[in-house]
Amino acid sequence: MTDAQWETLSNQGVAAAGVVYFLALLAYAVQWAALRDVPVRQSVAAGGGGTIVDDADDQDVAPRTEMAGRLGVLLVGIGALAHFIALLGRGMAADPNRVPWGNMYEFTLSGTFVVVALFLATTNRWRLAWLGPIVVGFVLCVLLADVLWLYEPVAPLTEALESYWLVIHVVSAVIATGAFTLGGITSLLYLLKARSTKEKGYLARLPELPALDRISYRMHAFGFPVWTFGVLISGPIWAHQAWSSYWNWDPKEVWAFITWVVYAAYLHARATAGWRGRNAAILALVGVATLWFNFIGINFFSTTSRHSYADGVGEERSVVLRLAGPVEATEEVRVVVGAHRPGT
Amino acid sequence: MTQLDRRPSDDRQAPALPADLDARSLARWTWRQLTSMRTALVLLLLLALAAIPGSVIPQEDIDSLAVAQWRDNHPRLAPIWDRLDLFAVYGSVWFSAIYILLMVSLVGCIVPRLFVYARAIGARPPRAPRHLSRLPDSTSYTTDEAPDVVLARAEKVVRRRHFRVERAEGADAVAAERGYLREAGNLVFHFAVIVVLVGVATGSLFGYKGGVILLNGDDYGFSNNLTQYDDFAPGSLFDPAVMEPFTFTITDFDVEWMTEGRRAGQARKFVAHLDYKTDKDAPTQQYDLKVNHPLSIGDTDIFLIGHGYAPVITIRDGEGNVTKSGPAVFLPTNGQTFESFGVIKAPFAEPTQIGLEGTFYPTFQLGRDADGNLSMPSSAFGNAIDPLVSLQVWTGDIGVDDGSASSVYVLDKARATRLTKADGQPFRMDLRPGETVTLPDDLGSVTFEGLERWNKIQISRTPGKLVALGGMVVALLGLLGSLFVRPRRLWVRARRQDDGTTLVEVARLDRSSGSDPESGRAELAGIVAGLQINQQRSKEEDRS
Ligand code: HEM
Repeated sequence: MTDAQWETLSNQGVAAAGVVYFLALLAYAVQWAALRDVPVRQSVAAGGGGTIVDDADDQDVAPRTEMAGRLGVLLVGIGALAHFIALLGRGMAADPNRVPWGNMYEFTLSGTFVVVALFLATTNRWRLAWLGPIVVGFVLCVLLADVLWLYEPVAPLTEALESYWLVIHVVSAVIATGAFTLGGITSLLYLLKARSTKEKGYLARLPELPALDRISYRMHAFGFPVWTFGVLISGPIWAHQAWSSYWNWDPKEVWAFITWVVYAAYLHARATAGWRGRNAAILALVGVATLWFNFIGINFFSTTSRHSYADGVGEERSVVLRLAGPVEATEEVRVVVGAHRPGT
Repeated sequence: MTQLDRRPSDDRQAPALPADLDARSLARWTWRQLTSMRTALVLLLLLALAAIPGSVIPQEDIDSLAVAQWRDNHPRLAPIWDRLDLFAVYGSVWFSAIYILLMVSLVGCIVPRLFVYARAIGARPPRAPRHLSRLPDSTSYTTDEAPDVVLARAEKVVRRRHFRVERAEGADAVAAERGYLREAGNLVFHFAVIVVLVGVATGSLFGYKGGVILLNGDDYGFSNNLTQYDDFAPGSLFDPAVMEPFTFTITDFDVEWMTEGRRAGQARKFVAHLDYKTDKDAPTQQYDLKVNHPLSIGDTDIFLIGHGYAPVITIRDGEGNVTKSGPAVFLPTNGQTFESFGVIKAPFAEPTQIGLEGTFYPTFQLGRDADGNLSMPSSAFGNAIDPLVSLQVWTGDIGVDDGSASSVYVLDKARATRLTKADGQPFRMDLRPGETVTLPDDLGSVTFEGLERWNKIQISRTPGKLVALGGMVVALLGLLGSLFVRPRRLWVRARRQDDGTTLVEVARLDRSSGSDPESGRAELAGIVAGLQINQQRSKEEDRS
């Protein structure tokens, strides 16, 4: 296949994924609409597992909702496949072939894929079927925004990005972002459920609070070491190779560090009396906010970040060199050494 | 929370303020307060908060020009910001105070836990609580085996599952525990955080980072001492004596310009070919310096971070003497087209000093305005396909007489006059390589001889970077242990009942946060099944 064909395939993959995710959302809508008026039996929910249908013992409702739920997961799986093909196509379309996370469009494409993949990987083991509609709805919205606002045609990476540390660094950042996002979603659900007194409907059907809290914790416990590796190990190694110092307090780095510290605080909160549960969940949301602010906000608003990929060219960054003739002179001249200044 | 599922962290709650406030108890109280989990949590959040301003306000050591601009735009706020160290957040007193407090708290927190852990390592699994059935994970069954038989088998079954097992003399229960590595991992993680900080501090105190623009070619070289750097940022305890005595020249520089595709106009595959010596007397070695592939000499790393053009300009003065000749480094003002700005000074020209200032276009083109008329000149491409340098001339006092050091990249125009044409417009010359323009008023002539290239080389020495890296890797390993090892206790009790059968109770206690009740139940079931399967087996053995 030619590069152009791969690129077309990738675009088709995104479109197909979008359509299939949408169908999955419809299936979930059917499922939850049928369950809307069925009261939740306390005893079952207390078990902690995400039981959606077991307790809906109404003879009419159970088979239908179960079917719809199964169909939903199946469709998410098919959508994920198309999503994966879209990613593969991006990588294969570039010359030379490369990892599909060279700009914001691709990073978002990969990040949402990780969210879906993590959901699929854990849904059976951790009984997360109830999370399906939220995950699919979220991913669908983000993908839509990605295609509408962030789309960029395939282009080769700039020199500084051609490093296997980049692959390692970004892949861990993407995976951790996916895990933290899922953890953020479950933490949000925790807070909503904690305030809700309803006996019917979606919130009532979620697992009990301790179980929700535990699921959030496990998402974060998975994401945190991956983030640690991506931001504090592979990132600095790559920065050292490309920029000559492993930590530059660049806005992107600062916010990655902030995210790390907030999640460390989250883990502490869970071990501190008086901070468990609600406060921990709030910290998890703060963490996700810093994470996404770093990804979106810094790219668009920061003028100094060397990581910016927001401007089409991306890597053209201005830097100040304290240029002098012989030693002492300290006139400062603004120079663009851009063309091969790295920029994630 | 039962006594049994207390974790070390639970002991570190902030105590209440003592009632009798003598100095000792106050000090103790302060220390306990500082090393409590809650304080650690608050300090972590403070650290996150304190890091924010530095990402919003320009920072002196990252982008000092942005700082200068900011100062110009906010003349009232700037002094206040200065007083608050907001232009240098990460070195400021208040930022340091937070992380130093955090480190003190950390040490105060892990040292006592180390002792607790050391004791726990040697300790036996705690005795079975009286009412096993009250624990969240518990089950029981009856059998007609003797309690001793059951307990002996329980020891084996549980040991096979890597529990540490204890059966006290005469006790009716087996106690078991595993997952000690969680606390170990947690301690290792926190300790390693300190190591990382030490590594980072070493680098920033004893290291340095400097840059130099070096022309390509054997005629130009760099030797590693302070005077050779264009910019130099040492750590506060940096000692120039540690600088490695290497020298290098850039013999050649390759770059590939893309002429088609979506990134047409960009350059890639930068390679600076270096000849270097690690020492004055060492043999010459070669290295291809590329982006992402620094050259390491001793503890020093050498990076390629930029490139540009240096037009070779010769100035003859009014008396016909060559008063200035050689390449002049022009600094790119556009990273894509390499349109560059530069200055050439001829302070010894007679009868008057001459200063040239202007723009270099690697591939000259004239743009067109809306009406199709030729307008602003620009560079179409970064590669030097049709190079042209466009200069204006300043005469009089260009300010290099008084011996004060001034930048070679800036022309001091305060006391100089711009050369003009008869119609009053500034005199401008556009030169292609090989061309010469004679200056009016018998001032001399300017020749564009040819083109050379330069590279911006960054050189840094960061001692402790491997300490920091190693610390971080160890921290990660510790973290994995701390997050994924599940410490748990297990008890099997067997008691003869009045009806002659034996009641076997099995209970399990998970001590980690976020553990999964499913897998806990599965483990319990597995152990019970192990007890019963072995019961079958031993019966069969008895029969045969
Ligand atoms: C630089 C500062 C610190 C960082 C980055 C940090 C990070 C972490 C992380 C990521 C965990 C999670 C591991 C787990 O859940 O098992 C943790 C746990 C813990 N930290 Fe820290 N910590 C710091 C300072 C402190 C301090 C000052 C204390 C003492 C008060 C402390 C006490 C603890 C304890 C007791 C746990 C175990 C919690 C549990 O049992 O789940 N940490 N820390």
